[in-house]
Amino acid sequence: MGIDRRKFVKVAGLAALGFAARPPIRAFGQEITGESLEIRESKAGELLSGAVEEIKRAPHPPKNANRWAMVIDLRKCREHQDCTACIDACHKIHNVPSYPKPKDEIKWIWKEHFNHAFPDADHDFIEEEVKHSNALLLCNHCDNPPCVRVCPTQATWKREEDGLVMMDWHRCIGCRYCIAACPYGSRSFNYREPKKFLEEQGIKPQPDFPTRTRGVVEKCTFCEERLARNLWPACVEACPYNALTFGDLDNADDPVRILLHDNFTIRRKPGLGTQPEVYYIV
Amino acid sequence: MIEKALQGGKSYWTLIIILLAVIGVGFLAYLRQFAEGLTVTGLSRDVSWGLYIAQFTFLVGVAASAVMVVLPYYLHNYKLFGKLTVLGEFLAIAACIMCMTFIFVDMGQPFRIPNVFIYATPHSVMFWDTVAIGGYLFLNILISRVVLGSEHKGIAPPKWIKPFIIISIPWAISIHTVTAFLYSGLAARPFWMTAVMAPRFLASAFSSGPALLIILCLILRKYTKFDPGREPIQRLAVIVTYAMAINVFLILMEIFTAAYSGIPEHLDHFRYMFFGMEDAQGVMRTNLVPWMWTSSILAVISLVLLLVPKFRAREGLLALACITVFFSLWIDKGMGMIVTGFTPNPVHTVTPYAPTLIESLITLAVWGMGALIVTLLYKVALTMRKEVEPVRYRD
Amino acid sequence: MSDTGKIVIGLIVFLILMTFPIWYNIVNGVTPIQDPEIATQNVPGKNQCVRPVEYMRAKHMNLLNQWRDEVVRRGDRYTEGPNGELIEKSLSNTCMDCHSNKENFCDRCHNAMAVDPYCWNCHIMPSEAAETEMAMSTTPEEEN
Repeated sequence: MGIDRRKFVKVAGLAALGFAARPPIRAFGQEITGESLEIRESKAGELLSGAVEEIKRAPHPPKNANRWAMVIDLRKCREHQDCTACIDACHKIHNVPSYPKPKDEIKWIWKEHFNHAFPDADHDFIEEEVKHSNALLLCNHCDNPPCVRVCPTQATWKREEDGLVMMDWHRCIGCRYCIAACPYGSRSFNYREPKKFLEEQGIKPQPDFPTRTRGVVEKCTFCEERLARNLWPACVEACPYNALTFGDLDNADDPVRILLHDNFTIRRKPGLGTQPEVYYIV
Repeated sequence: MIEKALQGGKSYWTLIIILLAVIGVGFLAYLRQFAEGLTVTGLSRDVSWGLYIAQFTFLVGVAASAVMVVLPYYLHNYKLFGKLTVLGEFLAIAACIMCMTFIFVDMGQPFRIPNVFIYATPHSVMFWDTVAIGGYLFLNILISRVVLGSEHKGIAPPKWIKPFIIISIPWAISIHTVTAFLYSGLAARPFWMTAVMAPRFLASAFSSGPALLIILCLILRKYTKFDPGREPIQRLAVIVTYAMAINVFLILMEIFTAAYSGIPEHLDHFRYMFFGMEDAQGVMRTNLVPWMWTSSILAVISLVLLLVPKFRAREGLLALACITVFFSLWIDKGMGMIVTGFTPNPVHTVTPYAPTLIESLITLAVWGMGALIVTLLYKVALTMRKEVEPVRYRD
Repeated sequence: MSDTGKIVIGLIVFLILMTFPIWYNIVNGVTPIQDPEIATQNVPGKNQCVRPVEYMRAKHMNLLNQWRDEVVRRGDRYTEGPNGELIEKSLSNTCMDCHSNKENFCDRCHNAMAVDPYCWNCHIMPSEAAETEMAMSTTPEEEN
């Protein structure tokens, strides 16, 4: 892949900075513990030594995570505005139908214009490139989820062990109270019968994950069924540019924590107290 | 007692047959919806509650309004309402059943509704709403059955019914408060998240419900031998007047807070309702505008007719006032409140909503079912009363 | 008693309607109920069901409900098979691995009993599934 002059100067500059950063990081790290110091230093060194690909994703997600979270690097998405790899992967393996009528639409992860995704951060003088870019939206798996609070049957609940907000499609009565309660528009209702539609379209569903039936609400589940098999969520794995980082917030050495430490991140509608766990690097 | 509903003249049976026809057509429409899913409605990913939930919200208010005749009569011995309490309670029964039916037709998986009780969830307001409305239905059935039965036998109702009657008063307030809580606790919907939601609900309930009761009494006076008397209707009219005035006042309070603060998240909903807003494609969406202005004009007309004593005293104008109150609030609470809560959506785009034919037929059928229940129950009450003079409850 | 005739006719009509299933089947002949084909797909290494046959005949619905709650609500995905091996609790991935033909296995008894379970409103039968490249059906042991 070609590298232009501007990029080279950026990379070289960051590399220089990376080397300069080692002493202060070492000094800071020493205050924690010797062991974590080593890991922190190498990871940070990797990050700041400025390759376009930085923290390499491990082959498997951490086991026994306490608090799953995701960091989305929108800078990378901006460089590839037409990319829909994460959306395609998610919707394919979860057999999400794509209906012709917008009112029946089901989406687990989708793109929204910047000023719609972050209305509070929007103003007239944001850099053009950012202002007209798309942000990637999905269920935020909030720490204080209002959808869970309102569900009358606990068809959606927050898992205590890892913070994931789950769905039980056997129990959902389709009252759509959770849709009313979600401040992010993350949830979709099955107005139609998905299996019948897929059959009519001649699309054979992926066998490992059931479709849902009509009359239930669905949303992203952070690929709970893949995490149970020690696989990364489909969107994370499908992204060709490493824009999605997924990991355990409870582990200070996890890549999500490092990204959050080293970059300024924003979340959607933080003032509502939902504690969303999807962070955006803008 | 119920067999009294089968004794009637030609006009009675004509009404019954018309209502059954309306219900039949709507039932067929529901079979279509049950087969295909809620896609046959105008609901969308953004506007996920529409006509059905709007009717439910409005009818919970009508159900609660029985308290406006029960409270004065039982708590304050206001004898004027003696003939009306059973009618109020029967209206509440019909309204509660209509509420439950609207919920049933709105659910994605209606046969899983028992899950709400099997997996009872105290932190969900919807759970408490089912308890409240179910309990209120039970209370009204029990109370009206016992009181009417005693009346028929010419004796005073048994003493043990009094606690149930007393409980039904705060319970009526609570059913509508809990329904308001469904909306007013949601951080996601700034249009609904206002402390004034529950008081507004109560004010509109206590104006639309008694207004309907007045209309029903006037109809009964015209077509049957039943006459509640002029005074009780006038007293009810005063209640409607105060309640409507408070309701309109509260709406104006809401408009002020949104308009003066200018916060887009709050103001945009009012803008959409009264002036329209552009959707994501740049098309101006104004489908609620004519409804909301109609509702506002009707509200003003009704207040003029109600506040001026000379107008209120003339029963023809009073009937007109009650009709305008009813329709104004039906629009405001139904189409105005529910759909607007979702428009604009959480990402601040506008998705318009309009009910489909199937949705409207089903809605009409449920109203028809409510009208049928009211017809049957009122027939029972009136037929029994013809046989005996109503006995005042004495403790 | 001029109504006697009507009553007798009414009773006869009633009896004919009530005994309909019996005389209809006698007249038209009854198709014998076919036994379900137990294993419609032989999976190497799997020659018996995850639970004994008699238990499954009586209680497979309870087992599936139990597995559903354990997997979905508790994330408890694995159980012990008949030979002590790790079995995934899954209708589509485990049960239908062997009993892959729904019409010949599941439907045979369900249709005869007029039972209409809604499992397959969502869960996918092998016959309607796509070929998949994504590795999903792996037990933890098979992962390094």
